[in-house]
Amino acid sequence: MTLQELITKLNLTVITAPRDFKTIAPQGGYASDLLSCVIAGAQPGNVWVTLQAHMNVVAVAALRDVSAVILTENAQPEISVIEKANEQNVILLGTSVPSYQIVGKLWELGIR
Amino acid sequence: MSDSLQELYGRTGRTITDRDAQDITRVEELSYDLKTSDVMSRDVQCLAPMDTMRAVFDLLRRDHISGAPVMQNDTLVGVISQEDLMRAMADGDQNAPIQKYMTEKVITVKSYEPVVKALEIFARTKIGRLPVVDENEKLVGMITKGDITRGVLVAIRKDYQEEEIRRYRASHLFEDIISDRTSLILRYKIKPRDFTNGGQASSHIKRALLRLGASPQLARQCGIAVYEAEMNLIIHSNNGGVLRVQVEPRRILMQTSDDGPGIPDVKQALQPGWSTASELARSMGFGAGMGLVNIQRCVNKMDIESAPGRGTKLFMEIHLRSDEKFKAPPESPEGPGV
Repeated sequence: MTLQELITKLNLTVITAPRDFKTIAPQGGYASDLLSCVIAGAQPGNVWVTLQAHMNVVAVAALRDVSAVILTENAQPEISVIEKANEQNVILLGTSVPSYQIVGKLWELGIR
Repeated sequence: MSDSLQELYGRTGRTITDRDAQDITRVEELSYDLKTSDVMSRDVQCLAPMDTMRAVFDLLRRDHISGAPVMQNDTLVGVISQEDLMRAMADGDQNAPIQKYMTEKVITVKSYEPVVKALEIFARTKIGRLPVVDENEKLVGMITKGDITRGVLVAIRKDYQEEEIRRYRASHLFEDIISDRTSLILRYKIKPRDFTNGGQASSHIKRALLRLGASPQLARQCGIAVYEAEMNLIIHSNNGGVLRVQVEPRRILMQTSDDGPGIPDVKQALQPGWSTASELARSMGFGAGMGLVNIQRCVNKMDIESAPGRGTKLFMEIHLRSDEKFKAPPESPEGPGV
């Protein structure tokens, strides 16, 4: 499953600069809003599901080398956060759906 | 022609909005940075107005080009192209002088203008090659789409090589400098409650270690330890503090120090889930009480010196495995981290 397919199937908004999402294949996922838990639990290549949308999300995503961050419940990052994410090659995707449902859908799509 | 260049052609002619600006690629940036004189061909074969169309045929065939400037006494008087030649051939007019078939109204670009200017002309007209003139309208070269593509590729390769060289130089630091104990010390000042810049020092450290040739896993391990330590200064310290990283060939020492408030009970602070973070910090997803626990998982040694009112010193040390040393990182993607 490529990131491009995920974006289409889950109807996600691409918040950061467009990239060649077809070449990125997320491996598994992690869901939490507690940054230290993400640091400890997320693996490189994971999709990270959270409703936090501030600057430190970018730092943690870059630190952990996650393949993409899905911001749920319409969490809106500030422009400076988006800029930072672009600079650090962190992909931010958005959705209005709550984390619980997004995780369920990711699981159904085989991101386990 | 590359997709990016194609995209650029389509994009010229309208104002670039902030949104576009975010998407500007290095190729587009280069088309503004590079001057036409940087990419043009300088070795230009010229013809004279009274040369025959036969001479045009010979020149185009010999040099595999699609057109040439026509000069009279150092002045550009026209251009002659493949299409002009075909018209002459169709008329059976091979011995006619060039001036009968050449285009006299010549569009030129200036040698000091950016490459994007030439791209605009290519996109607007059907012209495939342009004479390049200096500030005195004197011909100095010719430019084609091919020249631009080549120039951009060369510039991109240069960017890439420069990064490679930077990496190479940095990764040989410890081999090239001989001493009984070589270390590189990085220092960062961390401001209290500066959540916006949180994680910046650790991301700089991670990048520095990768440049020095650390494995991605080692860089990640240090990044995590330093991130948690950095956030502790931001969340808890009265006046911020200093983060110091000492890189040595066989180990990395990391240390933070601040001047308060100090930890009353260090043992308690080390318990998973224990946190004294403020409501603000908690609302941002900090204060899980896992910071120090995470650090412990990433480092070989950790020590805390602290007392209320005297501030806190946190020492962390990572040893490189005996088979591991600073070397250029592998190209292949690596397995799971810590």
